[in-house]
Amino acid sequence: MSAFTGTGRLARLVLRRDRIKLGAWLLGMPLLGFALTGSVIEFYPDEAARLSYADTALTSVVARAFNGPIFNAELGSIVVAEAYLTLTLLVAFVSTFAVVRHTRQNEETGRAELLGAAVVGRHALLTAPLLVVVAANVAAALLLGLAFAAAGLPLAGSLAAAGAVGGVGVAFTAVAAVAAQLTATSRGANALAAATVGVAFLLRAAGDVLGERDGLQLVSAWPSWLSPLGWGNQVRAFGAERWWVLGLPVVLLIGATLAAFGLARRRDLGAGLLSDRRGPARAATGLLSPSGLLWRLHRGSLVGWSVAVVVLGVSMGFAADEVNDVIAENPTAAELIAAMGGGVDDLVDAFLAAMLGMFALAIGAYVVQALLRTRADESGGVLEAVLATAVGRVRWLTTQVVGAVLGAAVLVLLAGLATGLGYGLAAGDPGRYALELGGAGLLLLPALLVVAGLVTALLGLVPRWSVSLSWAVLIGLLLLGQLGAVLDLPQAVLNLSPYTHVPAVPAVEATTLPLVLLVAVAGALLAAGLAGFRRRDVPS
Amino acid sequence: MTVIAIDGLVKSFGAVRALDELNLQVEAGEVHGFLGPNGSGKSTTIRVLLGLLRGDAGKVRLLDGDPWRDAVTLHRRLAYVPGDVNLWPNLSGGEAIDLFGALRGGLDERRRDELLERFDLDPTKKCRAYSKGNRQKVAIVAAFASDVELYVLDEPTSGLDPLMEAVFQEEVRRLTGNGATVLLSSHVLAEVEALCDRVSIIRAGRTVESGSLSELRHLARTTVTVETVRPLTGVAELPGVHEVQAVDGRVRLEVEPEHLDALLAHLIRFEVRALVSAPPTLEELFLRHYDGADDGRAVAVSGAEQAQ
Repeated sequence: MSAFTGTGRLARLVLRRDRIKLGAWLLGMPLLGFALTGSVIEFYPDEAARLSYADTALTSVVARAFNGPIFNAELGSIVVAEAYLTLTLLVAFVSTFAVVRHTRQNEETGRAELLGAAVVGRHALLTAPLLVVVAANVAAALLLGLAFAAAGLPLAGSLAAAGAVGGVGVAFTAVAAVAAQLTATSRGANALAAATVGVAFLLRAAGDVLGERDGLQLVSAWPSWLSPLGWGNQVRAFGAERWWVLGLPVVLLIGATLAAFGLARRRDLGAGLLSDRRGPARAATGLLSPSGLLWRLHRGSLVGWSVAVVVLGVSMGFAADEVNDVIAENPTAAELIAAMGGGVDDLVDAFLAAMLGMFALAIGAYVVQALLRTRADESGGVLEAVLATAVGRVRWLTTQVVGAVLGAAVLVLLAGLATGLGYGLAAGDPGRYALELGGAGLLLLPALLVVAGLVTALLGLVPRWSVSLSWAVLIGLLLLGQLGAVLDLPQAVLNLSPYTHVPAVPAVEATTLPLVLLVAVAGALLAAGLAGFRRRDVPS
Repeated sequence: MTVIAIDGLVKSFGAVRALDELNLQVEAGEVHGFLGPNGSGKSTTIRVLLGLLRGDAGKVRLLDGDPWRDAVTLHRRLAYVPGDVNLWPNLSGGEAIDLFGALRGGLDERRRDELLERFDLDPTKKCRAYSKGNRQKVAIVAAFASDVELYVLDEPTSGLDPLMEAVFQEEVRRLTGNGATVLLSSHVLAEVEALCDRVSIIRAGRTVESGSLSELRHLARTTVTVETVRPLTGVAELPGVHEVQAVDGRVRLEVEPEHLDALLAHLIRFEVRALVSAPPTLEELFLRHYDGADDGRAVAVSGAEQAQ
């Protein structure tokens, strides 16, 4: 029996378990690519529009940080600039979660023990999911490339751009394979991999901000080359393609897989390399209530999120100061930023409002994952034993909702404060801007309340579907927020997102009515969720 | 006083009728054995009693309350050990015990420490590092350190070693010594025989037998093996005698308890040289119900049975 015996069978098991998720991925990516390309073609019909886009993309620090480098003023380059971040973050997270789900989560639940006792080689349990996820990335990239081409872009560039996206997926498949060996929990492994995505983004952004402009081409600085997200850009799709760069993720995959095999040999099944410390023999008084327990279980993730939000906020604030310079040099850029912020006068405010909106979208993910813990507790955890104590259902779920919303409030406040602080440090008067933007951040909370209400309603009314539907809704909101304008979607569709209705402070004056309505919608959803949870079977 | 009174309880999951007019009566102060093959509905019944599931039909009373409506107040008066103990992976065992105690409304600190020692459990380990048996000990300690009227135990000892099983039995006796009531679902028949005053056996969601162990024994046949000087004849025709077989000059048969007298009177005429009479073992009693369970699976009666 070799170390890989049984890999094929296990791979089929992975395919069977994930058939719906994989199907959505393989179908969704090309559809998204096709739609995006179509709207970019419509949006930039002539040479002049494209040149002015390229000029902004090369000049603006913000554009460089978020959209990455461009290498000419072709349509394909604009498509890549507009879609790259969204597509790569999607594949990075989908790949990471898939790998962790079939490795560390299997160990955590004891499934791996059952499988490992069958005629299965030592490395098969890790190899099988890696094979499936890499194959899915390759297939999705191929389909995405064809979709780009079908929408009217040159074939070689289309394949290179899609390959760049697939390469990012492969690279983070590799990262997740190692992360799953290091921590003892799937939550820990996902968090570690997500942190790596964050670092990769910051490195890539730094490299592109520090890069040199050379005509219509941006030569990224060295930090971009340290980041798997940067590699995708360095393929220079739709420019003078450098196909060899697509080899970098493959090299990383091979290295990381070997490293993961090595780590797996050195540890026991179920154990992490970062080993468990002992805990106290008695509980502190602060732990002894549903809210105390909630704080204990969520504080780690809240601290992690806070750090990320503050670091990103301060950097975005700094970047905002540069918006003024861009405008001074380039009137067309001013037009574009104004469009982004809804056509207001003060472009810095428009930019800051857009940044806060992005934070609110990301913090929606915090709310979803915090609330979905209740479902995990229900379907394989402690909920049954807890509800058999003198803790009522409504009290339990209300505590979870309040905890998630308070966490989100802390995060939006921090996001506003940090962004204001960063801007103030660059433009002067940090205190004033920190307070102003901190307040603007809190105004985003009603949208997050609606997200919390939605997840609660799903938990109470359709528990079996709550996990997949919650994430699907969040991805939907992300796509509406990020790509709604690019895709030129009708306002009725955009109105479905609660984020559409929060006032873009500081760009516009805050109005009370939409906020009150959002809170009312959130309240109705929460009430429905609580009523459902009170009435239904647990577990169900 | 009746602590648990279930009458005609029905619970369906989609098309599957998990409980089919189930009855269960548990009196105050008794240890009531709750037995049945895997999948027969024991855990479902317990979840209804805890107000986690809502019955579709039938009457359920728990400690003179409605387990669904009065869940929170009733839960202050009971402690529960689930069949499949899941804990918070990043809390220590000691923290989990204190937390369950606090959520239930209080814990006897002295009993907690005593139980930790008796069950030989290290409370400083993280819950994710515990084996199945040790997770069960955490749940048992948390439940037994609570001073409540009713203990609901769903296969609490399936992961315990024989030494711990003995400690468990002593501790259950101590609970009932203090006047508490225990509902014990178990596959460990020695445990049931040692602890239970009365048992209810369910199959496919229905109660098929309920009563004290001696009552149940009384309903079953006694096995008699007899050796006589003169060849034994005419036994098969006696009322209440079944399964007569001749083995090595001896005769083995089964007889219903109320016909034992007539059988003995008949045997004496053939000059009895040796006679062994064995009441049914608990195992035989149960296998009668477990065998031929609807799903047709062979049922292993052992301590290693998993919760369904």
